[in-house]
Amino acid sequence: MQSPVEIFQHSGGVIGVSWLMIALPLLGAAVLLLGGRRTDRWGHLLGVVMSLAAFVVAVAAFVELLGLPAGERRQAVGLYEFIPGVADMGLLIDPLSISFALLITGVGSLIHIYSIGYMSHDPDRRRFFSYLNLFVAAMLLLVLSDNYLGLFVGWEGVGLASYLLIGFWQFKPTAATAAKKAFIVNRVGDFGLLIALFTIWSVFGSFAYKNLGAGAVQDAMAGGSLSQGTVTAIGLLLLLGACGKSAQLPLQSWLLDAMEGPTPVSALIHAATMVTAGVYLVVRSGAFFEAAPTAQLVVTIVGVATLLAGAIIGCAKDDIKKGLAGSTMSQIGYMMLGAGLGPVGYAFAIAHLITHGFFKANMFLGAGSVMHAMNDEVNMRRYGGLFAVMKITAVTFFIGYLAIIGFPLLSGYYTKEGIIETAMEHNEILGWLAVLGAGLTGFYMSRMVFMTFFGKRRWADDAHPHESPSVMTVPLVLLSIGSIGLGAYLILGNRFMKFLAPAVGLPAELPEPHIFGVGTVGLATLALVAIGAAFAWFRYGAAEVPEVAPRGSFLTVFARRDLYGDALNEALFMRPGQWLTRIAVFFDNRGIDGLVNGLAAGIGGTSGRVRRIQTGYVRSYALSILFGAAVVVGALLYVGTM
Amino acid sequence: MTTHYLVLSALLFAIGAVGVLIRRNAIVVFMCVELMLNACNLAFVTFARQHGNLDGQLIAFFVMVVAAAEVVVGLAIIVMIFRTRRSASVDDANLLKY
Repeated sequence: MQSPVEIFQHSGGVIGVSWLMIALPLLGAAVLLLGGRRTDRWGHLLGVVMSLAAFVVAVAAFVELLGLPAGERRQAVGLYEFIPGVADMGLLIDPLSISFALLITGVGSLIHIYSIGYMSHDPDRRRFFSYLNLFVAAMLLLVLSDNYLGLFVGWEGVGLASYLLIGFWQFKPTAATAAKKAFIVNRVGDFGLLIALFTIWSVFGSFAYKNLGAGAVQDAMAGGSLSQGTVTAIGLLLLLGACGKSAQLPLQSWLLDAMEGPTPVSALIHAATMVTAGVYLVVRSGAFFEAAPTAQLVVTIVGVATLLAGAIIGCAKDDIKKGLAGSTMSQIGYMMLGAGLGPVGYAFAIAHLITHGFFKANMFLGAGSVMHAMNDEVNMRRYGGLFAVMKITAVTFFIGYLAIIGFPLLSGYYTKEGIIETAMEHNEILGWLAVLGAGLTGFYMSRMVFMTFFGKRRWADDAHPHESPSVMTVPLVLLSIGSIGLGAYLILGNRFMKFLAPAVGLPAELPEPHIFGVGTVGLATLALVAIGAAFAWFRYGAAEVPEVAPRGSFLTVFARRDLYGDALNEALFMRPGQWLTRIAVFFDNRGIDGLVNGLAAGIGGTSGRVRRIQTGYVRSYALSILFGAAVVVGALLYVGTM
Repeated sequence: MTTHYLVLSALLFAIGAVGVLIRRNAIVVFMCVELMLNACNLAFVTFARQHGNLDGQLIAFFVMVVAAAEVVVGLAIIVMIFRTRRSASVDDANLLKY
């Protein structure tokens, strides 16, 4: 196996000013937020321009990076001392981070453009764009930072942007609640990430990636400063952080509710970019995971469990966005599975992440286009037959659909197949479960397409669907082009694996991707996908779809209720938490307050009685003085006799 | 040989103390206070004589001076209270209480 290359210090060139990628969207967000309503008229254009400018810088940095020999493709750019003596702030431009930067700014810009049309009727469009820009800046900081501290700042930044955007329509109680839920569930993950960072700091005394490579981890383990248990703990805690951000089991519950946000947000943050930050974290921390096989195994198990859970949830949802959200969970499960499989898996995981970014953003924006046409109706049971009235949306959505189910030669086919094959070599049980997940994907995505674009029209009476304006359809077309060709381009000839090698290492044996694989696993996957799609056609294409959801079997209800994830959280955490607070309140009111109030009442009552001694009669005072004097004299005499 | 003086002093002090405790008229109470002071003075000079030490006599003069000053202030207060309340009873002047 070939290790990642050394990190070089860089200055000059486009890479030297790559901080512009973060600064420009941040400036956009600042201008739009501080400028207020004065910027309403042109705010959305500024947002788009800033995002596009970041994309241009990212492309230029990418080109410059490609111009360097492979052995020097990890360039660190120092910026300033963040905490003197503890951490320097800097950016790391390497194949991994630049891949993310291109995805974030590229897909991000398309979604910015789309949002001009989608949010055109919203009076708060400027605020929306300022949050989008803030998100892009924070996400870029997350992936470009050359140390864990910068990553954490970006990590929290995207959490904030996600919160603001899920709750963008905060007048809807559901949206406000969903935003809070996303934020709180993410805190659990952040807790894990923080502890992991503390541990890393206490062992290595540094947050910088250049001091935390595979060599450093091995040296620390050989030198005895890092035990096997500690490195496993670091891996598991990092995974907890990744689970929170990437909506993996057991912290998956926030993602489905996050669909309360505007659809471009769901496409950008909750499908294409932010939720993949967990995968980035695991891949970036590869040095720790490779030293901790247990943690790696847990990563793959979490990935497989989530990919099945997400697929099962996706099968039963009638809300088109929630169906896509379940699908997102499931696909990120695939990425996690890949990220737990070492360097071969890293390349496939990141490749799947990028192609998924395209086809899922494509489908989310397609869903947004459909909702836009159907008066914000999200229930697929009220769609049907939309192919005839919105051809561009339907065709682009269909391309995304083919890509995600792994239709041969499209993007998803190569990347997902790569993850499944790698998992199969690693562990057959995980591999076959991933194949099963692919079959489920075939079913639920087909169900979505058939219910939305085909079959009888089940529209509401006042629905007059129409194709969306070109500002919305052009991004769809561009994204669908990526959904077609990107997978083949990245995977064939191991192009992406070799490109990523300087950042994550290269496996000793390279896989041999085929244009069309004819192995048992590949054919079995295709067969299962075909069965799933055929079953979906039988149930939702050929047959009549009832407008009101039937009660459904036990399994359907199970999936519809998000596998009872919320019920579980309520029973395990919320209820005991409420009991705990009730006990604390009782103890506070009765115990602590009782003690304090009782003491005060006791003193008050006693003094109320004692003050009766002050009668105002001088002669009684004189008597008590005499009595006191007699006692003193008596005492003196008694002491004198002793 | 000084025992008689001391017994007399104790008797005078007891009479004064009982007077302060049982009489209501402020003037009489005042006189009883003077009686107690002078009983003390008698005890002081008695002991001075017994021990051949002048300190006790010295203190007696001090007590007389203080008693004179006290009479001035005390009588003035009693007269003022009598003028406003038409009463010299110490039990009537009981406003300063709980």
